[in-house]
Amino acid sequence: MDERKDYQDYIEGHKSASDIKRRDFFRLLGGGIYVFFHAGAALDLMAAEGEQRRELPDDFNAFLRIHEDGKVSCYTGKIEMGQGVNTGLAMMLADELDVAYDDVKMVMGDTDLCPWDMGTFGSLTTRMFGPSMLAAAAEARMVLLELASEKLGIEIDNLDVVKGVVYNRKKKSEKITYAQLVSGQRITRFAKEKPEVKDYSKYKIMGQPKFRSDSLEKVTGKAKYSGDLRLEGMVYARLLRPPSHDAKLLSVDISEAEKVDGVQIVKDGDLVAALHEDPEQAEKARNLFKAEFEEVDKAVDNGNLFDYLKEKAPEGNVNIDLGDLSVGKDTTSTVFENEFHDGYVAHSPMEPHTAMAYFDGDKMTVWAGTQTPFPAQSNIARILGMDEAKVRVKPPYLGGGFGGKSAHQQAVEAAQLAKITGKPVMVDWNRQEEFFYDTFRPAAIVKVNSGIDNSGKITFWDYHVYYAGDRGSETMYDVPHQKRTVYGRGWRAPGIHPFATGAWRGPGNSTNTFARETQVDIMAGKAGMDPVEFRLKNLKDKRAIDVLEAVAEMADWKPQKSPGGSGYGVAIGADAGTYVAHIARVDVDKETGEVKVLKVWVAQEMGFCVNPQGATIQMEGCINMGLGYALKEVVEFEGGQVKTSNFDTYDIPRFSWIPEIETKILQRNAPPQGGGEPAIVCMGAVIGNAIYNQTGARLYEMAMTPERVLAALKKV
Amino acid sequence: MKEKIEFTLNGKNVSVELEKSKKLLWVLRTHFSLAGTKYGCGEGYCGSCTVLVDNSAIRSCATTIGEVAGKNVITIEGLAEGEKLHPVQQAFVDHDALQCGYCTPGMIMNAVGLLNEKPSPTRKDIITGMEDNLCRCGAHNRILDAIESAATAMQNSK
Repeated sequence: MDERKDYQDYIEGHKSASDIKRRDFFRLLGGGIYVFFHAGAALDLMAAEGEQRRELPDDFNAFLRIHEDGKVSCYTGKIEMGQGVNTGLAMMLADELDVAYDDVKMVMGDTDLCPWDMGTFGSLTTRMFGPSMLAAAAEARMVLLELASEKLGIEIDNLDVVKGVVYNRKKKSEKITYAQLVSGQRITRFAKEKPEVKDYSKYKIMGQPKFRSDSLEKVTGKAKYSGDLRLEGMVYARLLRPPSHDAKLLSVDISEAEKVDGVQIVKDGDLVAALHEDPEQAEKARNLFKAEFEEVDKAVDNGNLFDYLKEKAPEGNVNIDLGDLSVGKDTTSTVFENEFHDGYVAHSPMEPHTAMAYFDGDKMTVWAGTQTPFPAQSNIARILGMDEAKVRVKPPYLGGGFGGKSAHQQAVEAAQLAKITGKPVMVDWNRQEEFFYDTFRPAAIVKVNSGIDNSGKITFWDYHVYYAGDRGSETMYDVPHQKRTVYGRGWRAPGIHPFATGAWRGPGNSTNTFARETQVDIMAGKAGMDPVEFRLKNLKDKRAIDVLEAVAEMADWKPQKSPGGSGYGVAIGADAGTYVAHIARVDVDKETGEVKVLKVWVAQEMGFCVNPQGATIQMEGCINMGLGYALKEVVEFEGGQVKTSNFDTYDIPRFSWIPEIETKILQRNAPPQGGGEPAIVCMGAVIGNAIYNQTGARLYEMAMTPERVLAALKKV
Repeated sequence: MKEKIEFTLNGKNVSVELEKSKKLLWVLRTHFSLAGTKYGCGEGYCGSCTVLVDNSAIRSCATTIGEVAGKNVITIEGLAEGEKLHPVQQAFVDHDALQCGYCTPGMIMNAVGLLNEKPSPTRKDIITGMEDNLCRCGAHNRILDAIESAATAMQNSK
């Protein structure tokens, strides 16, 4: 996977010419021990962006602080959106520092308090940020041990720490607390060299299941999301929206809207909004705008989508080229040539994009549900012509992100309106706006041409992916002759898709895994082999073999004939440094084409798993959310018009769809890897393969809706 | 035309001067600053805005303030008794039955309404009763487990 390219795609458009001075954190904060650190990979990637980017802090992008009362805070630009990193990161920090978990507080995403960070996406928080944070904690622990050694007159080697108390290992009554050591101190360190962190086997908090830390707030309605903030004099904004993407506003008549009692209409170029302290009155006024738009004719809709995309295909870029395909073809007994399609899919978080902004005449504060507070800060400053230091973005809780809240248009809109009106302005998109402006998972095409020999070994693999990007498109199997050609960069194809596209949980990977694992299943069937056995025969990657063997054991897998089996499918995948293997059992209603997923087994290997509870819940969430893109979710559109506007037609997973789930995490003493996305990537393939196993109907397009299943059944 | 509307909200008698057609969701969120009740879709499809009216779960985005006149409205903020969580809230915590938490108040209120109606539901009853409450994070299995165990706990404490 080319991660660097993914990030570049991601931060495109977040350019800023302004030269930001590093903020003076000491001015803001009091005494204690500070260790500044940077999540190395993230900053290196930023540096690779070169001169077009703002000046970056070269020495840190996060820091931790031991307070004078012995409590510990970590300040980071990462955010919590339900994935549970507020819990996982606190566990890591507590464990490395030897303090109680309850004494650790994560301060996240506030652009005034936290150092610059790119954003929260790509399952990077634990695997990239986590190790740097551990190293900083190790550094802080060393500082504390040095202080303790001095105070107690005992060699460091003879000291032990338990829950923030340093003991003389030989005489337990000789002790001093972190709080006592820190009191009156002002020590700063920069964790440049990597101090030695503990061996994974030594951790006591990490690796043990920990329930999420924010449940109490969330079950009592006290947790604050952006739309829940109340400020004196605040108004709700309802903005004029175009009928289709790229439509040009020709004229707007606001005279009727202005008659709504108490409304304020803002008209600033294309920004036209009705503002009212009562959201229903603001909506009423918006509905009275009479606007004329000139729409752009885009000759694409659900009917001709894949022909259109093929016609517009950009030039390919070969980025894997091993062996020689023609040599591979010479040893081939059977050739397989297939094309796979994947449609547009929406993020649909339950909380639509929402932001509240307030401009006090000097400083702009924006509370926004966003995965990217710092890029949002840059964009707001640039668009409003403000100094970045005068813009503060504070993310409250996020009601789901899944990649969709990397885009932060609502925060810009709120800031623009707040600057114009001087009032606190709430921009809370309704569900239709959420669908319209969503950065959909791109529709994509994958063509695979491959072969096997008489023994069932894969001889060659020629892979072409259009529009999805190459994440998750590694062959995974041991194939001597292989080539990968990628058409289009990442998940964006400006000017081709009729609306915005973007990163969707495990970007590109669900599309690529669907293609690869379906193709492999087809080859296994033709070879007359059991699909698990076929995969094991062609795998050399030990991590892949381990998860596949584990899941087969969990499901008590018995070799069976396909088709004519009892509805079992298998698929493997890798994402964010983590390996997964799935088995699913389905029941297809041959009359209606409805597919009921009865049970899903998943084995996951993610290096050292910091919080098995949190990781398990992410796996379950991936399986349930993945049912949607696999079986039902289709964005309806006509040119730049998004026809899908609410959950009456956009069918996301419901309770009656939910399978029984059995998960297993293979714990390893190796650096932790990503956990928020991997288990979603196999869902299309594992269900498609199970459908085939039961019925003989082969699905080549997602979503595998009842209509498409019926069409495939007819071909059996 | 503004009218005086009286009702009970989380155990207290309240009175507002508003047009009867105002949506309960927005009156709760703005007039009473009870923001635990969430906007999710505005058309009654997702259940994020579920509250109890006379012990039945209803969609506050599709209910007017006029319709609750003289009735007893309970929101997520009024479910716990002081520090003591309602058994359904406690079960959501005990089962880690949430992720982003945005659908959670609506899920809990809908579940309480369901248990008011069917104190000893089968798993299938719970699935059917919760079917139109949407969760995007995929916490469904744990939500079902939580409601099942809350039902048992409530029966046992009777």
